[in-house]
Amino acid sequence: MTEIRKRFTPVQRLLHWSMAACILAMLFIGVGMVSTITPAYLTLVSIHKPLGLAILVLALLRLGVRLRSGAPPLPADLPAPMRLAAHLSHYALYGLMLAMPLLGWGMLSAAAYPVVLFDGVRLPAILPQSESLHTLLWRAHVCLAFAFFGVILMHVGAALFHALVRRDGVFEAMASVGPETERAPAE
Amino acid sequence: MTEPIPPARRSALGSLVAIALVVGAAAAAFAYTAGWLSPRRLTPDRLVDALAAPTGAALGHRRNHAKGICFTGTFAANEAGSALSKARVFTPGTYPVLGRFNLGTADPHAADAAVRVRGIGIRIATPDGQEWRSAMIDLPFFPVSTPEAFHGLLLATASKDPEAMKAFAGAHPEIGAFGAWAKAAPWTGSYAEERYNSINSFLFTDAAGTRKAVRWSIVPAAQPVAVPVEELSRRGPDFLEQEIVARVRAGPQSWTMVVTVAEPGDPTGDPSQAWPADRRAVPVGVLTVDRIQAERDGPCRDINFDPTVLPSGIATSDDPFPAARAAAYAVSYDRRTAEAKDYPRTATGAAP
Repeated sequence: MTEIRKRFTPVQRLLHWSMAACILAMLFIGVGMVSTITPAYLTLVSIHKPLGLAILVLALLRLGVRLRSGAPPLPADLPAPMRLAAHLSHYALYGLMLAMPLLGWGMLSAAAYPVVLFDGVRLPAILPQSESLHTLLWRAHVCLAFAFFGVILMHVGAALFHALVRRDGVFEAMASVGPETERAPAE
Repeated sequence: MTEPIPPARRSALGSLVAIALVVGAAAAAFAYTAGWLSPRRLTPDRLVDALAAPTGAALGHRRNHAKGICFTGTFAANEAGSALSKARVFTPGTYPVLGRFNLGTADPHAADAAVRVRGIGIRIATPDGQEWRSAMIDLPFFPVSTPEAFHGLLLATASKDPEAMKAFAGAHPEIGAFGAWAKAAPWTGSYAEERYNSINSFLFTDAAGTRKAVRWSIVPAAQPVAVPVEELSRRGPDFLEQEIVARVRAGPQSWTMVVTVAEPGDPTGDPSQAWPADRRAVPVGVLTVDRIQAERDGPCRDINFDPTVLPSGIATSDDPFPAARAAAYAVSYDRRTAEAKDYPRTATGAAP
């Protein structure tokens, strides 16, 4: 390729925005379900499990696409600390979207709960029953859920900073729709 | 005169404020969903907290029905249940059961004769990998109508205010039936002589997709023998456990599982209301208990008898309790399994 892409590929943008919706919903469902004893508890739990598996599958797919398609370069004038923060937060986001479903699946397995996705459809246990493993994974699942939400808030803040303050095209690399507009490289 | 702010800087400032508002609103919505802004929301944690004695919860143990003993056995299904539910567990055959006899108390060291309500938890596993977990009690109905009222009952019971219980009973007259039962129902000297009831109603779905609201019970084969509670309290603090160990060693104990089918209009959403006695009751199989094991090293200890773990063909109904129980049982499980050092197993230790 001779020209440098300014935007993520359409597949990457589709994956990003659909996963953004799934993950935000997942985090709200998670904190909501553990704070209610109403029948909504069962409804939310029944969404949490298949949605978690969907996120795991999408995250694996997305990782593959990212390794294949790469990402548009960050603006050359981006200060080094922001560049570092951008890279680290993306490692964190990829790590969390892969780890959270696995931790949840593992903690249910270690507690000997059947992992029911839909009526009559179950996932196999991925760990033997163990109260110590359950405790470890459960605590990690809870703590990392809050960390995940925190990283997402930073991500949203940074994206809007690029869009509204720096206006450097980073936000548009993921957010814009329609055909890529030809702009002079100097812009 | 002050210098006017240049337009570019003013716009950047406005943008930063907008970003802070977006991020702050998202954080606030998250905090609201998590209940952090609603100190009066009845959360599973608050419900479980209310179960603990004033001196604190017994670490490492279940937060309610804390005293118990494990068993293993079988469930032998006849074919009658398959007309009501497509669940594999009602296909004629014999399926392994893991269970636990227990007392309705938050104190794992309570004297057996001091606890009025006895219970049983069972987990029936079928070859298709599905499970039916159920936690039943020997009460024929629940003391209150709603999970919120149960929380209120716990608070009133723990309250030092002598008027608290009176006020609660005034607001929840259904509690009177429990008082009458507790006074009049005969005590027995054995877990094996009790009838245990699901209390909550569930929905059975048959092969044609027809749904029916049901409750179920297990009815003992052993003849109940009434024993005055004064006599029971002379038998020692753990007489129920000693008795069931000896009894099952001498021979397996069994119960017939009976499914009661609601008629239209029956109060399926209120477990404090018994259904009329003439409702169709279908014997669907026999539960047999053939081995007892102490809880400390037994297979039931780290199992959550969550009544919403159900096979395909059985589902929750409009009864609000199973959801509340599932939420609270999960908290109890998460807490007690994290406290394993306070209730260590002995089998791998250097026990003499």
